Amino acid sequence: MKIFKTLERYMEKPDAEYIASGHRACQGCAEVLALRLAFKVLGKDTILAMATGCMEIISTPLPLTCWRLPWIHIAFENTAAVASGIESAIRILTQKGKLENKKINIVGIAGDGGTSDIGFQALSGALERGHRLIYICLDNEAYMNTGIQRSSSTPYGAFTTTSPPGKKSIGQSTWKKDMPKIAAAHNIPYVATACPSYPYDLFNKVKKAKEVNGPAYLHILSVCPTGWRIPSEMAIEYGRLAVRSGVFPLYEVENGVYRITFKPESLIPVKDYIKGQGRFRHLTDKEISEIQDRVNKDWERLTKLCEITKA
Amino acid sequence: MAKPMEKYTWRDLNVGCVIDEPGSSLEYKTGDWRNLLPVTDYSKCTKCGLCWLFCPDNAMKPKDDGFFGPDLDYCKGCGICAQECKFAAIQMVEDKK
Repeated sequence: MKIFKTLERYMEKPDAEYIASGHRACQGCAEVLALRLAFKVLGKDTILAMATGCMEIISTPLPLTCWRLPWIHIAFENTAAVASGIESAIRILTQKGKLENKKINIVGIAGDGGTSDIGFQALSGALERGHRLIYICLDNEAYMNTGIQRSSSTPYGAFTTTSPPGKKSIGQSTWKKDMPKIAAAHNIPYVATACPSYPYDLFNKVKKAKEVNGPAYLHILSVCPTGWRIPSEMAIEYGRLAVRSGVFPLYEVENGVYRITFKPESLIPVKDYIKGQGRFRHLTDKEISEIQDRVNKDWERLTKLCEITKA
Repeated sequence: MAKPMEKYTWRDLNVGCVIDEPGSSLEYKTGDWRNLLPVTDYSKCTKCGLCWLFCPDNAMKPKDDGFFGPDLDYCKGCGICAQECKFAAIQMVEDKK
């Protein structure tokens, strides 16, 4: 297999699957795809702490589990706290000689609600204390697990059941919280945004996060066909459109140095990204141009950040 | 492990609801969710593996002859493989079960 040869640069066993088939994700779920690809790179020496959310309920309905890795369920609030506890315990046990000395990846996983709303203070604490863990935020831009409620990561103008559009409402009335930059503000060694539509970029970033000595934060945009109201086969394409239109730029912050990892020659109009999605279908041209202005400004700011922080 | 959840009593479950069998979800066949079925035209296929890479259910499995084919026990018929195939080798057809 040609592709396995290529993938050997990123992972030991490209054909190993750490998420078994038979999980109950919706058709075309890019979130479980993101996890599948990320864990291919992380490999078998990995411990997972996962907050409540889509990925938890689809992977472990009680008598069954789709994980082939040690996995612990935790409440929304304390993903990062439990992950840092696991890390400290392993460090101490290794020091005392009770555990074999080898590199174990500790991964905390939560959705956008579990990261930017509810689990925020635990995450901030863990990043500040500098535990050697990888925190993955799977951003599908609302609480999809309970039936599409708004989170602070929902983009401006989007329909959710708790931000319904109408005569007096545009839908979600605030801008998306910029979690990766907040994580970068903790001065941790590695922060990156990724998207499963760009798998090699994702592999690179997970690999870097794995090798970093200290906390690493990965923010993965995972398209949700159910909640975004798009056909299931378009999940990968919409991830690509989000990146190419500049709505979700792919960048990494290594020790404070910003670098855009995928730079489209010119950004496509945001309208191309918005128009096919059912959650944005009430937006008028004027509102879309407002969003376009904001996206342009954010993109400019990011490119400037890259220039300023370059050594 | 294969019995429906309502048939379990508290005695059958481990303390703390620990699941001690990794990857046991293989027992749950998601294939019956499917309406559409991916059919590959192997004369157009270049064995690039994009369908395998992008399948969320890891239902596109590598075969011995180097091609990739769907595992119909788990394929949910989302159509990502057909959409992402650069050579239009995969078509989604109605699954007449």
